[in-house]
Amino acid sequence: MKTPLVRISNLKIDFKMEDGRYFEALKRISFDIPHHTVLALVGESGSGKSVTSTALMGLLPESNTVIDQDSCIEFNGRSVLAMSKKELRRLRGGDIAMIFQDPMSSLNPVFTIGDQIIETLQEHKSMSKKAARQKAIDLLTEVGLPNPESRIHAYPHELSGGQQQRVMIAIAIACEPKLLIADEPTTALDVTIQKQILELIAKMQKKHGMSVLFVTHDLGVVAEFADNVVVMRHGEICESGGIEEVFSRPKHPYTKALLNCRPSLTYRPERLAVIDDFLQGEEYQLPADRPRGYQEGNPVILEVKNLCKYFKIKTGLFRYIDLKAVDGVSFQLQRGKTLGIVGESGSGKSTVGHTIMRLLESTSGEALFEGKDILSMSNEDFKPLKRRVQIIFQNPYASLNPRFTVGQILIEPMLLHHIGKDKQEREKLARSLLDKVGLTANAFNKYPHEFSGGQRQRIAIARCLTLQPDILICDESVSALDVSVQAQVLNLLQDLQDEFQMSYLFISHDLSVVKHISDQIMVMQQGKVVEMGDADSVYANPQHDYTQKLIASIPQNPKWFEASLAR
Amino acid sequence: MLSYIVRRLWQMIPTLLGVMLLLFTLYTLVGGDPSYILAGKSLSAETIASIRTQLGLDKSLPEQFLIFVKQVLTMNFGTSWSTQQPVSEIIRTRIGPSVMLLLTWQLCSLFFSLLFAASVAYYKGSIYDRAVTIISTVAMSISILVYIIAGQYFLAYKMQWFPVYGWGNGFWQNFLLYIPLPLIIGVAVSVAPDTRFYRSCFIEEMNQDYVRTARAKGLSERKVMLKHVMRNALIPIVTGVMSSLPYMITGSVLMERFFGIPGLGNEILKAVNSSDFPVIKAITIYLVIAIMVFNLLADLLYKWIDPRVKLN
Repeated sequence: MKTPLVRISNLKIDFKMEDGRYFEALKRISFDIPHHTVLALVGESGSGKSVTSTALMGLLPESNTVIDQDSCIEFNGRSVLAMSKKELRRLRGGDIAMIFQDPMSSLNPVFTIGDQIIETLQEHKSMSKKAARQKAIDLLTEVGLPNPESRIHAYPHELSGGQQQRVMIAIAIACEPKLLIADEPTTALDVTIQKQILELIAKMQKKHGMSVLFVTHDLGVVAEFADNVVVMRHGEICESGGIEEVFSRPKHPYTKALLNCRPSLTYRPERLAVIDDFLQGEEYQLPADRPRGYQEGNPVILEVKNLCKYFKIKTGLFRYIDLKAVDGVSFQLQRGKTLGIVGESGSGKSTVGHTIMRLLESTSGEALFEGKDILSMSNEDFKPLKRRVQIIFQNPYASLNPRFTVGQILIEPMLLHHIGKDKQEREKLARSLLDKVGLTANAFNKYPHEFSGGQRQRIAIARCLTLQPDILICDESVSALDVSVQAQVLNLLQDLQDEFQMSYLFISHDLSVVKHISDQIMVMQQGKVVEMGDADSVYANPQHDYTQKLIASIPQNPKWFEASLAR
Repeated sequence: MLSYIVRRLWQMIPTLLGVMLLLFTLYTLVGGDPSYILAGKSLSAETIASIRTQLGLDKSLPEQFLIFVKQVLTMNFGTSWSTQQPVSEIIRTRIGPSVMLLLTWQLCSLFFSLLFAASVAYYKGSIYDRAVTIISTVAMSISILVYIIAGQYFLAYKMQWFPVYGWGNGFWQNFLLYIPLPLIIGVAVSVAPDTRFYRSCFIEEMNQDYVRTARAKGLSERKVMLKHVMRNALIPIVTGVMSSLPYMITGSVLMERFFGIPGLGNEILKAVNSSDFPVIKAITIYLVIAIMVFNLLADLLYKWIDPRVKLN
């Protein structure tokens, strides 16, 4: 048998932590990457997938990393772990290249993209500056950046996210690597851009005969483009093999769970599957579908009419132009129902939410909350209503004050809005809400940093619930979470809606998630509503070109993949 | 770019006017009457009155302020009240030593701080890093006066390496003989706080994603630090340097005084002691203009270092 491009065997890596103890990041894993193939390394945060790819590059921090004696990483038959620093540098960027999740921060902001490509070329190939420049233009042309001749002088911030990732790919393929490591390369991108970047990586892989190690948490992304898959959890490999074999006949319960906890476009269970459903050992039964849609005669709690929000952009010494972030948006939100707002970055979907919360001042338009316009109210009049409209942000790390305990975080808004008679009553309410969002009672005295991302988002939800709001605006609230955690939070939101009859304004770029949770869908593009209607009918029969394009960009699961799902 | 510079220069006028008003008010309130000092022992009413007429102090306050404005516009501050020398002459002869001290001080301090900060940041957490941090903290807690006196006593008086005090005539004599001791002391004082601040700038940048990209390209650690990290770390450092300038000017006043350097700092002390308003006015206005120009330069420097900065 031919030697594979990469052979990892018995890889055990421990990290020394601040307190002197060791954390076992990889527990003796073994897998191969054959030549000219795409291997998907799938797992959630903490699974060790990024540690694996970083180890392959020899880029783990030396000071606190302990690699076990018996571990072996071979690239083309040579041991990476035994290489000198100089050999490693020749390997990196030369034979193994890497692209990352966030292209904006992965490019150096103060150098032109041309410089950053030329730098790699000159580092690995003895090229004149002029030849390197020409090669850089060729590379930019190859990755499909428009006007490469002039764009070579552009700085990263002058490009869009998709274009930045194209530049990263240009840097990566500059020296014809044998292996491209793509670490969540499309997670930060819009769905239409994601599709383009995936297609570009697939094209480059074929054209240059590379192997690709595709690290991701999203099974949907890799199904149509990987050859093999390795599923990791807690530093161990759960399952590995050919992608069709693993996905159509998953053996490990964790793989089954991952495949099933992602919201689907074709059906909508009462509640999403979570990992525990599969690890308990019993056969998972898919719940019945939940019917969705606005109902005639259901009370309308919020009616927005012709909402506009313009930002003034300074263009000259005294000249301004209006940037129409939200331009004539109208919709109705029924009590106990969810309106999903979808659109790509810059479409104005978040601005709608922030304007209704009065975090931004509207330019014109009305938002009738129980018949009264909350946008034109004085601050005094709005104050009692403020409590009834709440928002949960995307980043649960940044939106909780790190110096407050969870108890303080929950009690502060109660004090502000005079909820609860005394300290005891407020504490009791706070504890019961923690229980409601699925956190244990001892969470009360802990600080936010002691919780995982999903738990923090639960805390943020509990904070909103203290005020017993009627409307909850979820601004990309589950976008930063792992799929399995995302499923849990979506289930929680659904349970709370069923119990308290809250109305949700659910803002997200993830079309499957919006489809799962929404009764009605509003599609936004450049500040305008291009399509609105019942969730099912919009997805089944999109009218507007843009909606069609969005839906077509969702990674399409191959037939055998859909067939494997538990239904 | 040009329109930006023009606009910034235009905005300096109200600032300058504000400083002038403040200076004038303060001097009128607490400056004392220079005629008493100038009259010396012959304190007759006529002498004082004639001195007041001579100095223009008998005019109304608005009139005096108008004269001040005219002086600033023509950059001609008349003659010193105490020595009768033209103010322009005083500034011309005194500016050289001050600039020589300040410039060498600032450049050496920047060079050593950057060197220490980059190396300490690279070996973050090592014994070297901890030692530098501890030494910096200790060095920062000692007053500049202690450095001056200790430096003069040990390095100059005991070891005889430098002259204790004084100033010569030629440029090279001053640069090689009289500047080194105040320079060493000045750098010793300013390197400690700067190293600590720059260290945090470097560490902040070293954790950025683009550093990982640079390493993934196969660049050497030296290139990663000196090219990729350095340029980004310079952005906050430029701010630090510019905002430390006023403190350095204060520091150089002390230095000039203790080392007998005939610079502007010494001159301003003398002028304050003798209520010599023309000299105070001139030096203050020149300083304000210098600081405003440096701030403008800093902003242009930002744009040059960081292309994301928009000038508006």
